[in-house]
Amino acid sequence: MKSAVVVFPGTNRDRDMVRALEGASGQSPALVWHKHSEIPKVDLIVLPGGFAHGDYLRAGAMAARSPVMREVVARAESGVPVLGVCNGFQALTEAGLLPGALLRNADLRFVCRTVTLRVENTQTLFTGRFAAGETFDTPVAHMDGNYFIDDEGHRRIAGNDQIAFRYADGAAAGPANPNGALDDIAGVFNETKTVLGLMPHPEDATDPLHGGTDGRKLFDGIVEALS
Amino acid sequence: MTEIIAEITPDIVAEHGLSAEEYQKVLEIMGRVPNLVELGIFSVMWSEHCSYKSSKRWLKTLPTDGAQVIQGPGENAGVVDLGDGLAAIFKIESHNHPSFIEPYQGAATGVGGILRDVFTMGARPVMNLNALRFGAPDHPKTRHLLAGVVAGIGGYGNCVGVPTVAGEVNFHPAYNGNILVNAMTVGLAPTDRIFYAKAVGAGNPVVYVGSKTGRDGIHGATMASAEFGADSEEKRPTVQVGDPFTEKLLIEACLELMATDAIVGIQDMGAAGLTSSSFEMASKGGMGVELELDRVPLREVGMTPYEIMLSESQERMLMVLKPGREAEARAIFEKWDLDFAVIGSLTETGRMVLRWHGGVVADLPIDPLAEAAPEYDRPWEPVEPPAALDEANFPEEGDPLDSLERLLATPDLASRRWIWEQYDHLVMGDTVERPGGDAGVIRIGDGPKGLAATTDCTPRYCLADPKTGGAQAVAEAWRNLNAVGALPLAVTNNLNFGNPEKPQIMGQIVGCVEGMAEACRALGTPVVSGNVSLYNETDGQAILPTPVIGGVGLLPDVAQVPGIGFRGEGEEILVIGWTTGHLGQSLYLRELFGREEGAPPPVDLETEKRNGDFLRGLIQAGRLSACHDVSDGGLLVALAEMALAGRGPQGPVGCSLTVPAGVASLAGWLFGEDQARYIVTAEAAMPVLEAAEMAGVPAQTIGRTGGSELTVEGFGHISLARLQAAHEDWLPGLMSGERAEAAQ
Amino acid sequence: MKARVHVTLKPGVLDPQGKAIEHALDTLGFSGVEEARQGKLIELDLAESDPERARAQVEEMCRKLLANTVIENYAIELEA
Repeated sequence: MKSAVVVFPGTNRDRDMVRALEGASGQSPALVWHKHSEIPKVDLIVLPGGFAHGDYLRAGAMAARSPVMREVVARAESGVPVLGVCNGFQALTEAGLLPGALLRNADLRFVCRTVTLRVENTQTLFTGRFAAGETFDTPVAHMDGNYFIDDEGHRRIAGNDQIAFRYADGAAAGPANPNGALDDIAGVFNETKTVLGLMPHPEDATDPLHGGTDGRKLFDGIVEALS
Repeated sequence: MTEIIAEITPDIVAEHGLSAEEYQKVLEIMGRVPNLVELGIFSVMWSEHCSYKSSKRWLKTLPTDGAQVIQGPGENAGVVDLGDGLAAIFKIESHNHPSFIEPYQGAATGVGGILRDVFTMGARPVMNLNALRFGAPDHPKTRHLLAGVVAGIGGYGNCVGVPTVAGEVNFHPAYNGNILVNAMTVGLAPTDRIFYAKAVGAGNPVVYVGSKTGRDGIHGATMASAEFGADSEEKRPTVQVGDPFTEKLLIEACLELMATDAIVGIQDMGAAGLTSSSFEMASKGGMGVELELDRVPLREVGMTPYEIMLSESQERMLMVLKPGREAEARAIFEKWDLDFAVIGSLTETGRMVLRWHGGVVADLPIDPLAEAAPEYDRPWEPVEPPAALDEANFPEEGDPLDSLERLLATPDLASRRWIWEQYDHLVMGDTVERPGGDAGVIRIGDGPKGLAATTDCTPRYCLADPKTGGAQAVAEAWRNLNAVGALPLAVTNNLNFGNPEKPQIMGQIVGCVEGMAEACRALGTPVVSGNVSLYNETDGQAILPTPVIGGVGLLPDVAQVPGIGFRGEGEEILVIGWTTGHLGQSLYLRELFGREEGAPPPVDLETEKRNGDFLRGLIQAGRLSACHDVSDGGLLVALAEMALAGRGPQGPVGCSLTVPAGVASLAGWLFGEDQARYIVTAEAAMPVLEAAEMAGVPAQTIGRTGGSELTVEGFGHISLARLQAAHEDWLPGLMSGERAEAAQ
Repeated sequence: MKARVHVTLKPGVLDPQGKAIEHALDTLGFSGVEEARQGKLIELDLAESDPERARAQVEEMCRKLLANTVIENYAIELEA
């Protein structure tokens, strides 16, 4: 599987993402700078975490208007799979590739800890390795992860199986939902399930010494589906 | 010479924090009356913050050498060799006064400043730590300050993308009017690509990069050197505002330029901004410098030379480049959307000359100013060490499990989860030991080696007996590094004290430094960098003496970190080191009986070294399943922390403890704070006991892991759920209702 | 020409910062604050001097960047 990781000024989890992709696919992703308007031909485009443009104005807002995003949108519309994690998820909603928006955490504090996710749809290219209803542990690290969508949108994404992950009870300390997200939503798909955005960092859960290995299933599944 | 101000009055001199004697020296060096710009430059260069005038005499007594030391104190940060062509670059620095005035920005810019000290030298920052002190939990300002400081540290470090892996927090009424915010950064650099502040080569261009200059923090360096009075609220406008996004870009741009050989010298613009950075670079190289202030990128209109030179706007650096390399450097900074301006050049005159609007606005000699920087041998009174606790006067022993439950919910022992969950401790993907353990650990590159770091100080010990307290801070850092399996390499220190013009305070400084020096020598951990923060007093109330140690150690293999949590059921629990039951200055006495009494536990450095070396050997041989040093709260508190951090299928793992026959005092044995001790677990106790005997290290089996309770044989048991609630609920309980702070 | 853009959360979107302000005001003894909502004020200095064209420009800026219309409303004030 060939992949590309988009780097914005202020992106800071590119290194974590590159490692996870290398571990799963055996291939180094191409790094694409935000000022570039071309992306090499790849099987997967990834928007990693960080604070692109300082998250000034709104998290992901400036990143979503970068030159490179025109190409990301065009590729996504042509069916190329796109994964956005944390700041990448925020940018994908700002760019209109995913429904909803990410608001400030309900308790107004940055949160970095392990959470448990329940996989809500296993019939996608991203989640094929998971069993229905399976839960797994992965870290979160964000200030603006409080997922919001209006009632009509909520009904639409629920009805179309676009909710990818929900926060669930698990071994981790603290409340299951770390940020007040509506309906415990941690990640969503676009209508065709080719674009996935999620707040947690599965790329930080691919190494037994660092954050556990639960996130490998996601990356292994993607590689399997796209190879 | 352009006229800046008609007359320098005694009032103006005093406002610049210069004594009459110091001003006399200014007149001698200048050979004339200085103008305001020049006076401002003298003022900041001779401030306590920049000149260490009260502490220098004593700092010189600290050991700074060792085979592992590449660069000791005097540069932006200390540098230690890690082998394999890699070096660790680190330093700790205070941002106490700004954080009291504006906690979010004060703490944030403190993190920004220490990050710059480290990447200025060519290192990529890989770990942030902090050491915080706040007033009494029920003081009206405490929650506001704590919420703001924590949000500020997180807001900056999280955005820059450097994990905050460890820290410490204490509460005491002595900090009501003066909180302490000490921030530490550790970076990694190739040993052949380390950059220094020394500027050489007449004609070489002096280059300004980073953010534009505004009126931020004018006179922050002198503010940090003056005792607070009731008017400190009015000093608010001088606090700087941080921009972590620009800092992130500055790191990437600097490291990109550093991969070339275009840089001669580089220095960040920290306290006293352009003045101290240009001055120090020229001074270190024995050069002169000429700056064209019209070329400095400005954010505000109408700024004067005085303001330009003294501004403490953040995220700025000064570099001297090799001639002809400007275009290459400019291209890199412009790629990252950062300002880049050639603002002057080095000269052979040995003078600092500042030009503005076609005229000279300052012209002063560099070496005489630096050499004449005041250095005081301030009078000091030795602190009389308190008598040991009278054993007959020991408090009555209550139910030990009840005492434990209460202790775990006290300010200095309660869980810090509420704090460290606001810090991104995982970014970069290399964090092996998260906050909540003995030391933060990251993997170096793809491993297996790792780097450990910790911050430590026990101020109540330092107040009672400065020398023992100074030594104890070093010893505790040493233990915390050993407890994760790291070989302690070197330390950085942050000396926080009250007003040094008072002989009692000066006595605390002298005593703490003496103890620190002895311990650093005995344990082989030289001081490679540091910072001094004095005048931490408000209306005559000084802080507790708080000489914080930041320790750094090297692990041969990060997979060996045992972790503090019990790993499973049925393991043997042992204590390494001897327990006499020392209750003087213990948290048990202070928190449960309101008694801040007695002598602190003695620090026997030979024993520390022997026990620590032995323990590290056990870990590196893979013989332990968990390890935790015994410190605040004593043995039973340490055991409870290990149980609550357990890594069983449901998390916490219980244990039962057997008190050895014949202990003099049950409370002393359970809650005494004897030094040089670690609790460890192993599948079998015997091999550990045998090895300990061979090494001449005391060790005894004290219990076994298992169950969901903590049991003290003969005294009952308590459920881990109850202990967990006590431990975890205190801080969130304190902070509930303080949500507005985080809204920044 | 100067433009001031007020960006506010749409009614019904949870505003934890507004809630925190409400709470803090209450703690400070300001009773009777029934609701607080926090927004943003963005000031722009425009080269355009024609109010109609300026408004059209700023409208477009709001839609494209300054506001996220999924969650936010905006209002524009022009000043010669």
